[in-house]
Amino acid sequence: MRFVDEFENPVLARKLIAEIAGMATKPMSFMEFCGGHTHAIMQFGIRQLLPEYVRLMSGPGCPVCVTSQKDIDRAIALSQFPGVLLTTFGDMMRVPGTTYTLQEASAAGSDVRIVYSPMDAVRLAQEHSDRDVVFLGVGFETTAPGIAASILQAARLGLKNYFVFSMHKYTPPAMRGILDGGEVHLDGIIGPGHVATITGSNAWKFLPLEYHMPVVVSGFESVDILLTVRMLVEQVMTGKAEVANAYGRSVFPEGNVVAQRIMDQVFQMADADWRGLGVLPMSGMAIRPEYSAFDAEVRFEIPDVPSREPPGCRCGEVLRGVIEPPECPLFGKICTPDTPRGPCMVSDEGACSAYYLYQTEALG
Amino acid sequence: MCLAVPSRILEIHTDRAKADFGGVHRTISIQLMPDVKVGDYVLVHTGFAIGKVDPKEAELTLKLVSKMGDLSPVRLLKPDQWGKE
Ligand code: SF4
Repeated sequence: MRFVDEFENPVLARKLIAEIAGMATKPMSFMEFCGGHTHAIMQFGIRQLLPEYVRLMSGPGCPVCVTSQKDIDRAIALSQFPGVLLTTFGDMMRVPGTTYTLQEASAAGSDVRIVYSPMDAVRLAQEHSDRDVVFLGVGFETTAPGIAASILQAARLGLKNYFVFSMHKYTPPAMRGILDGGEVHLDGIIGPGHVATITGSNAWKFLPLEYHMPVVVSGFESVDILLTVRMLVEQVMTGKAEVANAYGRSVFPEGNVVAQRIMDQVFQMADADWRGLGVLPMSGMAIRPEYSAFDAEVRFEIPDVPSREPPGCRCGEVLRGVIEPPECPLFGKICTPDTPRGPCMVSDEGACSAYYLYQTEALG
Repeated sequence: MCLAVPSRILEIHTDRAKADFGGVHRTISIQLMPDVKVGDYVLVHTGFAIGKVDPKEAELTLKLVSKMGDLSPVRLLKPDQWGKE
């Protein structure tokens, strides 16, 4: 796919860096909402390539990281119900719960299986009619429509043993949470490209309207991200605030309307607890009463265990952009990808893991 | 988790499709994109096609970038860090 590879063309990247350096004549800071962007930015060394006064900071866009400690503990507790076959995306396995991880629960006898797609979980439910197959639904608007589709599929198949524990979240309330919190100064937002593939770039219009905050939706290659920064710099230097799109090949103003409809058919807004941000009103996706037969929280009485975030872990502050991962005293010493203390070091989208993987590599 | 990978649709069977991921073929669900056609490029996330990859739009973006004037005072760049990307 030539037109995809071209977005890593170093000649184009250099052109953009030159543009940015020529245009930005005052200090400015942008937050990349999405953890996928944090990883790409670290991998391509973009922070080092930009002029010093153009700062990028990472945000709350890592679904596993923002899952509250209580929800992690409840997910682990679910795995221990008799007859339950728990299915999950891989990066939930090693997230530290208050006492142990899902992986440790699995070693101790829980039946936990990693799936690539929620459709694999539906297939497991078909194959194991004697078991209760539970899928841990973690994700933003990118992921939730597929999980909604899996529930609709289970309904069509007449399955009575497929359940979803919905910890899904909407992204706009988190961005509001960061801006309302006022802890970090921001001049613009790098909008999450794959969330916007579903929601459309229009979903971010409230940022310029209500906060006079420029947003540019970005793809994930080096040229995409640099173009995004360049477009943000231009808005800042000209005093504009609007939603612009640097990911035109996949993001459209109205998004994927079919996916939105399926997501809205199955989920409704509810308050949700975010690591680092606390309870944000109408930021969670709860399963609608019409589909309660597939709701793990209805089917099982999940015990309320006393939860405590990992001592010393500053993941919450990392998610709010208040500190960079190396400012956490545990970073790289006690907390590494092999011995993660908090979810930000576990997830493929966690900022601590990105800094560890690419920064320590760069330092040798 | 919001990682999505581009692929090309090879065959369509009702709500599923065979897709080419740079030589590797996998079955994906097209329930979220019922209008895709054979030959379309799509982004795949957790086994679902979630959006298209439009080659024409890609071309436009690349053209825009390659046409950008060099505003740059080159001294502001750090040439020793070039070519790492
Ligand atoms: S380095 Fe580890 S302990 Fe520190 S904030 Fe990140 S995940 Fe938490």
